[in-house]
Amino acid sequence: MKRLLGTLFAVTPMLAFTLAAAPRTLEPGAAPTLAPVPDTTYAQVLPGRVLRFPGDLGAHPRFRTEWWYVTGWLHTAAGAPLGFQITFFRERPDIWRGNPSAFTPRQILIAHCALADPAHRSLWRAQRIERAGFGLAGAGTGDTAVWIGRWRLVHRGGIYRGRCKGADFGLDLAFTPTEPPLPNGVDGYSRKGAGPDAASEYYSIPQLRVSGHVDRRGHADPVTGDAWLDHEWSSAYLSRSAVGWDWIGVNLRDGGSVMAFRIRGANGAVLWAGGTVTDANHRIRILSPDEVRFTPLRDWTSPRTGIRFPVEWRIHAGDQRLMLRPLLDDQENDARATSGAVYWEGAVRALQQGRVVGHGYLELTGYGAPLRLR
Amino acid sequence: MSPRAAAIGSALGVWRTLLASQLREQPARLALGVLAIALGVALASAIYRVNAVAVAQFDGAARRLIGAADLVVRGSRTGFDERLFPRLARDPQVRAADPVLEVSAAISARHTPLRVIGIDPFRAAAFGGPLLGALGASARELLRPDAILLSAAAAAHLGVGRGAILRVVVGDAVRPLRVVAVLPAGADPQALGVMDIASAQWAFDRVGRLSRIDLRLEPGVDPQGFGARLARHLPFGVHVIGAGEDTGRAAAATRAYRVNLDLLASIALWTGAFLIYATQSLAVLRRRGSLALLRAIGVTRGELEIALAAEGASLGALGALLGLGAGGLLASAALAHFGGDLGVRSLGIAGAAPAAGPAASAAFFALGTAVATLGAWVPAHAAAAEPPAAALKGASRAVQAAPAAGRGFAGLALCAAGVGFAFLPPIGGLPVFGYAAIAALLLGAVMIVPATTFALLRALPDSGRVLLDTAIAQLRDGIGPATASLDAVLVSFALMVAMTTMVHSFRVSFERWLGQLLPADVEMRVPLGADTARWSPGEQARIAAIAGVARAEFRRTRRIALDPGRPPITLIARRISVQDAGTVLPLVRETRRALPASSPPAWISEGFEDLYGAKVGDLLQLPIDGTPQRFVVAGIWRDYARSDGSVVVPRAAYAAATGDRTATEGSLWLTPGANVAAIETQVRAVLAPADALEIRTSRAIRARSLRVFDQAFAITYALEAVAVAIGIAGVGFAIGSTATARRAEFGMLRHLGLRRRDVIALLAEEGIVLTTLGVLYGWALGLVVSFVLIDVVNRQSFHWSIDPSVPLGELLALGAILVAAAAATALIAGRGAVAAEAIQAVREDW
Repeated sequence: MKRLLGTLFAVTPMLAFTLAAAPRTLEPGAAPTLAPVPDTTYAQVLPGRVLRFPGDLGAHPRFRTEWWYVTGWLHTAAGAPLGFQITFFRERPDIWRGNPSAFTPRQILIAHCALADPAHRSLWRAQRIERAGFGLAGAGTGDTAVWIGRWRLVHRGGIYRGRCKGADFGLDLAFTPTEPPLPNGVDGYSRKGAGPDAASEYYSIPQLRVSGHVDRRGHADPVTGDAWLDHEWSSAYLSRSAVGWDWIGVNLRDGGSVMAFRIRGANGAVLWAGGTVTDANHRIRILSPDEVRFTPLRDWTSPRTGIRFPVEWRIHAGDQRLMLRPLLDDQENDARATSGAVYWEGAVRALQQGRVVGHGYLELTGYGAPLRLR
Repeated sequence: MSPRAAAIGSALGVWRTLLASQLREQPARLALGVLAIALGVALASAIYRVNAVAVAQFDGAARRLIGAADLVVRGSRTGFDERLFPRLARDPQVRAADPVLEVSAAISARHTPLRVIGIDPFRAAAFGGPLLGALGASARELLRPDAILLSAAAAAHLGVGRGAILRVVVGDAVRPLRVVAVLPAGADPQALGVMDIASAQWAFDRVGRLSRIDLRLEPGVDPQGFGARLARHLPFGVHVIGAGEDTGRAAAATRAYRVNLDLLASIALWTGAFLIYATQSLAVLRRRGSLALLRAIGVTRGELEIALAAEGASLGALGALLGLGAGGLLASAALAHFGGDLGVRSLGIAGAAPAAGPAASAAFFALGTAVATLGAWVPAHAAAAEPPAAALKGASRAVQAAPAAGRGFAGLALCAAGVGFAFLPPIGGLPVFGYAAIAALLLGAVMIVPATTFALLRALPDSGRVLLDTAIAQLRDGIGPATASLDAVLVSFALMVAMTTMVHSFRVSFERWLGQLLPADVEMRVPLGADTARWSPGEQARIAAIAGVARAEFRRTRRIALDPGRPPITLIARRISVQDAGTVLPLVRETRRALPASSPPAWISEGFEDLYGAKVGDLLQLPIDGTPQRFVVAGIWRDYARSDGSVVVPRAAYAAATGDRTATEGSLWLTPGANVAAIETQVRAVLAPADALEIRTSRAIRARSLRVFDQAFAITYALEAVAVAIGIAGVGFAIGSTATARRAEFGMLRHLGLRRRDVIALLAEEGIVLTTLGVLYGWALGLVVSFVLIDVVNRQSFHWSIDPSVPLGELLALGAILVAAAAATALIAGRGAVAAEAIQAVREDW
């Protein structure tokens, strides 16, 4: 019996013709090739183009990078302050070449969702990344509609709706604009460096009124507040020498707003700066680089990454002088799994002579490794 | 010192003395026992290791990289329409859906096809696998349309590194892929390539197709309930299975082999135990005096029993240790030679290192030691029970009465049960009752033997030849010790007869089968196991047009899954019609009735028939490219190449249903006098860019297949010879040892006037009578067992039939050789036994 088994075992695989073909070498280059052939050309941001709405609220898929940033302050019914961020990034990879597959990553969508809660001591955060396609993820043109699964930011009937959900928290918020989109730079052409190679098209919508729900560990709270939307697209955002930027957007209590940014090079050198200030009467002032000054006052070191972020600042933006104090120190967002960067994006109070005059969001990038926008 | 500790200490001392004397006196026999135990442990542990690798290779690789799924939606090898994916991804109960395309990519004829999985790395990240982490900065590089990532094992197997260009054969073309990264060796031990789903679809001409979708469900969703609901809405040929079941398919693919090998291992183990039992029984008999002396000087019965059992335990431990080492080597060799799927090739991967955990090793060690201890304990128990005074005086054991008739009837009943078992169906796809039938027949026969032998010997008329009659009388009176050696001859010879008959039948059937399936002069095919290489209609036409090719016939073979719990079946599309099916296929059954014209005919293999229960005249629905294609079963054919089932359909019907006119196999008929080598060169030139070709003349395939067949069976014949030699040695040994005990009797015979060589001749005749009886029993039993092997064990294990054919000449010759060998052995044993002087022998008898 055992002999039978041994034999059948040995023979059966060999019954299927045990052909052994003679070794042969492959002849190189004899076949069609999939090797990359550059046919992707990115649209370039050029001065002189005027932003048009609502068309420019939608996506600009021919550009390399694009984002919709909604940040703001919320208050629960009990009056507890919260900061939040709902951000969608669109990215057009430079590596697609004529693949007919529906899975071809012609566009990649990334979303960051975060809640700054002083009771929680660090951010509640979640992030997603997906390729556009099958209607499961995408960025529509013509008006704002960008989504990954059930995460979305959609503009309809004059109101933005933002939804995102992490493992233990979720945001479901409606944003109502109180003023039209505010082009930054020259009619929306926003330079990011001394040379013409680094620029974006950029508008903001400050003073958005917020209502909706914040869910924490299955417990939903109704919230109200105010928010800020930034929409920016570019194919060459940063010049080669830039390592990151500092950015601030503040909704002032008197109805005005302050946006200021600076692009940093190596060793803290400031390569470029800019900003837009509006007053209570909606008078707009575009700031030149020498009208913007960021002065760090206090650092906070992340216990997770060891990165030092300056989290308190004195800001000069045109005539405005603001002190910035964070809602909480630890608003670091580790997004290496999606956008590849570790950054600090946090709710801050804006003070003048020790008095709170507004609420805003501060963004600090490039403090760990230099930031690279793909 | 407690009495118990003292007893053990004393037993240890006794054991040392006994073992030392045993080793001095019986080194060869003990070595055989140790080797048998080692063989059993080696086989068992090797099978365990190989299987562990096979299961890991099948799905573990992808699973480890991608993370675990709650459910897997899976189609056949060619996959299903990708439009199912967004439907599932959007389901509110689905947290994450990961689309996967799997192919076995043909590299070249020199390499095993590479298993490539196309995934969406972003979606895969939701499954918690370490893939994105292992990729690091390469994650975006994987999106390049020509990017492939290799596991360390795959890179080593293919001999390429990061940045290298890997050429894969797709259809009739070669696609260069760039190795963007090699995973660290620790990340995954399997040979595997990973691509982005979009690049994989494009590179392998599978745009729009997926092989499976892994699902992760929202918390609180019951996978079973969800899976059951989902199953109702899936397209034809697509199944939903639990993640565990998916891995289970790997085990299913090799199950028949593994269980058979496990049985083989356990038989080797028990053979070892039986050898140790036989050796120890005789040793106890030989050392009867010494053992009695030990008892007389105060060694207790328990101590003696422990000491004798410990002999067996130490032999078993030694064998088990050897076996564990050999098992590792055996597993590595098997993996290197056949791959983890034991040559089934349906899994299509190679190159992995086996490892047995410490727990498994300990278990195998314990098993080997335990059976050896058991083998030694049985005679030890009997020996220790003997009253020392009687044994010391050398009194012969009580003369055996005629064997109890009850035992004979019990044996008859067992044999009848054995015949009954042969008609029972397999359990879980395994011929459990077939093995039970063989075991019952062997055991029953052994139980019948004493009674029938006694009756036979008594019924024999006096021959008038003193020596022969004395020999028969001796055997009759000493029936007890005689049957022990008769059992050994009977069992080993019966198995040899069964085996020879089975192999002969198989070879005759196999040769006929080869002749029918290889009618052409030259056979060619794409590398086995690859599912990306194919020949285009243009290439087929150019091959057919080569000067010297009188006729060319092409076949398209592919694997399709009918049942997610079973290995896929093989679909063969070839030129065939109802009229000529009997000439191109080895049919075992076909319909006489007219077939419905609405569906094209199909011929299923016996494996298909057994596994899926289809009958001639049945309507079949085969999932081809996700659509059910209807065929009517026109006949059943014998397929020795594929035990998982296969189905032959007319190529025209296949092409009409699928539009696929490519081919993977071909047969060429040459014009008389054509130069085979020149034609091969031209065929290779036509297929040059792809290099995906194995080509041989049918004659070479036939010769090679038969040679491989014979070589494989030569090994089994060698094993067979060893078993029979042990049987013969048993006969000689039994005669030799009884001769020692019968020295007084021989002395008396010498006094009566028999010469020394008469006494030796007497012993030889006893051997001849005994062996002749063994051979007669063996023929009868062996033929019965061979039919069980052919019709039950073989059919249920491998799902193909064999036409029985009895090799009469070989069986007669084997019997004659066995009788002659036994006579010679008895002669030699007897010569040693009667060497002592007759006077001394009588004196010894007091």
